[in-house]
Amino acid sequence: MTTESLQTTAPLPGGDQTGTAHTDAPQSAHAASPASAPASLSATSAFSGRHIGTDATAQARMLEAVGYASITELMSAAVPRAIQFDQSLADSLVPPAATEREAVDELRALASTNRVSKSYLGLGYYDTITPAVIKRNVLENPSWYTAYTPYQPEISQGRLEALINFQTMVSDLTGLATANASMLDESTAAVEGMLLARRASKSTSPRFLVDADALPQTKSLLRARAEAVGIEIVELVLDSVDHPANGEHPLAGATSEGAFGVFVQYPGASGRVWNPSDVIEIVHQAGGIAVVGADLLALTLITSPGELGADVAIGNSQRFGVPMGFGGPHAGYMSVRAGLERQLPGRLVGVSVDAAGHPAYRLSLQAREQHIRREKATSNICTAQVLLAVMAGMYAVYHGPEGLRAIAAGVNRSARSIAAQLSAAGYEIVHADYFDTIQVRVPERAQRLAEHAHSRGILLHVVDADTVSIAVDETTTDIDLLALAVVFDAEQRTDAAATAEGEPSIPEHLVRTSDYLTHPVFNTHRSETSMMRYLKRLADYDYALDRGMIPLGSCTMKLNAASEMEAVTWREFAGIHPFAPKSDVGGYLELIGQLERWLADVTGYDSVSLQPNAGSQGELAGLLAIRGFHRANGDAERTVCLIPSSAHGTNAASAVLAGMKVVVVACDDLGNVDLDDLRSKIEQHAADLAALMITYPSTHGVYEHEVTEICRLVHEAGGQVYVDGANLNALLGFARFGDFGGDVSHLNLHKTFCIPHGGGGPGVGPVAAKAHLAPFLPGHMFAQGDEHLLVDGSTVVHGGGPVSAAPYGSPSILPISWAYVRMMGMKGLTDATAAAVLAANYVAARLAPYYPVLYTGENGLVAHECILDLRAITQASGVPVDDVAKRLVDYGFHAPTMSFPVAGTLMVEPTESEDIGEIDRFIEAMIEIKREIDAVAAGEWPADDNPLRNAPHTAQAVIEGEWAHAYDRETAVYPVRSLVRGKYWPPVRRIDQAYGDRNLVCACPPPEAFE
Amino acid sequence: MPEQNELRYTAEHEWVLVEGTVATIGITAYAAAQLGDIVYLDLPDAGTEVAGGSVVGEIESTKSVGELFAPVDGTVLEKNTAVEDSPELVNSDPLGEGWLLKVEFTELPELLSLDAYNALIGD
Repeated sequence: MTTESLQTTAPLPGGDQTGTAHTDAPQSAHAASPASAPASLSATSAFSGRHIGTDATAQARMLEAVGYASITELMSAAVPRAIQFDQSLADSLVPPAATEREAVDELRALASTNRVSKSYLGLGYYDTITPAVIKRNVLENPSWYTAYTPYQPEISQGRLEALINFQTMVSDLTGLATANASMLDESTAAVEGMLLARRASKSTSPRFLVDADALPQTKSLLRARAEAVGIEIVELVLDSVDHPANGEHPLAGATSEGAFGVFVQYPGASGRVWNPSDVIEIVHQAGGIAVVGADLLALTLITSPGELGADVAIGNSQRFGVPMGFGGPHAGYMSVRAGLERQLPGRLVGVSVDAAGHPAYRLSLQAREQHIRREKATSNICTAQVLLAVMAGMYAVYHGPEGLRAIAAGVNRSARSIAAQLSAAGYEIVHADYFDTIQVRVPERAQRLAEHAHSRGILLHVVDADTVSIAVDETTTDIDLLALAVVFDAEQRTDAAATAEGEPSIPEHLVRTSDYLTHPVFNTHRSETSMMRYLKRLADYDYALDRGMIPLGSCTMKLNAASEMEAVTWREFAGIHPFAPKSDVGGYLELIGQLERWLADVTGYDSVSLQPNAGSQGELAGLLAIRGFHRANGDAERTVCLIPSSAHGTNAASAVLAGMKVVVVACDDLGNVDLDDLRSKIEQHAADLAALMITYPSTHGVYEHEVTEICRLVHEAGGQVYVDGANLNALLGFARFGDFGGDVSHLNLHKTFCIPHGGGGPGVGPVAAKAHLAPFLPGHMFAQGDEHLLVDGSTVVHGGGPVSAAPYGSPSILPISWAYVRMMGMKGLTDATAAAVLAANYVAARLAPYYPVLYTGENGLVAHECILDLRAITQASGVPVDDVAKRLVDYGFHAPTMSFPVAGTLMVEPTESEDIGEIDRFIEAMIEIKREIDAVAAGEWPADDNPLRNAPHTAQAVIEGEWAHAYDRETAVYPVRSLVRGKYWPPVRRIDQAYGDRNLVCACPPPEAFE
Repeated sequence: MPEQNELRYTAEHEWVLVEGTVATIGITAYAAAQLGDIVYLDLPDAGTEVAGGSVVGEIESTKSVGELFAPVDGTVLEKNTAVEDSPELVNSDPLGEGWLLKVEFTELPELLSLDAYNALIGD
């Protein structure tokens, strides 16, 4: 798709000038078309007025409380002058705002330039049928997609149950004891499996054996990630072989030099189904750990990895009803045998009990996550793929074990049918044993055949010059098979096919005999009515943005507008394979190119990669780019990463995975980097300084004044500056990381750029860099476009190793951020920042008389969030911060971020999207709660029996039995009268964290447990 | 249960009871309180050789994961399987039933007295 043809098919509002503005002539376009300015201003007010919750009248009231005459005055006082950005709106690459309707029309035009071919490419991605009841009630339902990560379990029971369904499904199908929820994709899950093997193995060898028949993108990722952490990858042709009576097993040579583990693909990338148990046994004998990458649908028919001796299984759940979406998002998975639970990376849902002794779900083993363990964490992953894991789990709930087995049998039948037809036509089928993928020998014409197929709308994978492969899926019909046969000129052989279909392609000794999905949840909801009601019941347990404010500091829970979500499920975006040919994905590449340049422009960088699937992966990609840069300059010894003590734990965990050594820099009492300590650490590491990672505004929610000086010191010493973009919502339009000294940053599109949190994922964590680091940004062996356009119009090839399974990460959700930027324009984005900062300062000003605000910058202002310090209050009253967080549930709120970045505090981030009514309701709840704390302190209520300690209160707790508390029932559940009509009732009482961690259960409990 | 002043201490908040060539090791009440509800212990098996100052195990609470350091060079004679099954014993009785390891040592390094340890934790 060329730029010219796009402009004819996709005229953008405002004429051709706008159309070219973000493709060809960035610097001059808007200046050259002043006529578009008035129209764009009225367009701005159209959507940004919907996105920003406070109008001029409300902002005037808020400004009065904060003590400023105008929002401009407030912002110039809050943002340090030295970093303020003064580029005029006209110079921005971001086009003037479109209306909602215009933006959706433009997306339609972009979508129409994608071509949805029938994909037989396979390689871990398959077309699938999303049951409409799941699409409508989960994927398109804000009750599911606007929820946050379930750190407050009492108000998250619905998605925790959905996730434990997912874990049970994975654990059952893989035949392993415990599964997590979830991994970012299959290839990064394989990397996590490799790292787990190294931690858990008794072998001290640095070698990890990799199946030559693993997915190519997985092999590429394993190699790239292994190199940074000193693991040596040995690729081997693995095969099931009989134990030789005498003489050495072919693998023995490899393991005699030692190996801490092996990765086996099952079925292989070639489609062959084989028995890896011998390989696993030999690796075990050498003290290694066996990681098996397995296809969940195949596992309904073939023996599970657990039964074959695997220690760890990993893979993707995409084909369980989650569209391919040109690569994502999908939920990867990992499961482990008993004894390895505590080595699982990421999030693990477990069962505990609440204060009434009822079973209740919560995240288990939280203490092992990166936000606590920092550089000692099991992994840097944080955001998972919750929404997609929920969908995949519900696909299994809806179909049940018989349904899944029937789907798998149908897929296998299609594969046998086409194999038989081709075989009858004289083609050689490479492997006799397969599930859904066959390799076909086509000597010297593989490429030509694939091109011919593509001209008929069919995608075949070219294995080599002489071989193509065909992977069928649940959408493959008999007509599809006929069309496929026609491509091979084999359509006359259908009779032969019909008879051959009877012959099995799964070896008898690998036919699955064990049960799976026997729990009632997978055997109950067969009717759509039942399924719809189950999804509704779970959604009703949870508190999401469709109920009220989620003022979580550092999480930016802003509006995810409906029009931004429109395009996600369109077939032209959802139905595309990640390795589809470039000519099929013109619309996607155009959208990605525009978004890359808009994001680079608003952050002051030159180039952006959208490949990282979460902030953690963006951090890793950025640090790997720094590593690549130093090595290319002959500075391989530069491996020290300075990280302030106030940093988010993920920073340290990512640095370790990029092969760096973490050195902590002290912070002063105000939470700012201690310049003296920074100078001394830089001096100590003059020879080996690689980078400084700094968050701006700081994790304490303050605009640090010394940031320019900090960056200068690091640069002077030959280091690179990584600016963590988690708090970009306080900066957009007012300052740019690249201008004040950043060399590279990651952004969180799921924070600043409106991708919904999905209950804990998906995320997108693009990495943005200056031109000197751009060649080291993540590349990909299957990338459709090697060259990326820089902001100045030149191009660069991203040549670093991959960090995701797919070349552009999770493209199907990029239209969300694209639409947000397109509909806000630079002015709208700037106004949103100001509104967010005003809201945080308003909360701080109103609550300061009740709760001290911990950190402020010069002028006493905070950035986009504020920390309420409860430590002295706790000391005086005995009421801990947890009690306040749980009590907020009784008032109908999601608690703010608790004890981060400082223990015993609450961090509040209202965002620009909340209106003043909701912000005031929150402020009033906090003031009321302070009165309750005072009553406890004054002895009016006992320390161990008061509405705070017993919060949250369920309906059952106040209705059943005798009421024997020191406060009345109304105080318990209706502390303010406005709750009477619109009460959110938590389904469980306070959950016992320790019980769940001591008695680890991570699969669905039997229904009797709830009686 | 030994008296507090019979014990020696380390800066890593561990206590050591010396009886002949056997050192019984646990974590102090201060450390247990700081960790909060202890949920899991990973302790080395009998027969494991340990080097003084190295990490030999993990103590996991709902709030964090602490590392267990060997205070002496030697060989593990016994680990307390009761605390592996009931980690809460470390919270309820850190100096008694909540002991962690018995180590046969060759040489006793210099350890802290109760007063010195209390000074360290600012008590």
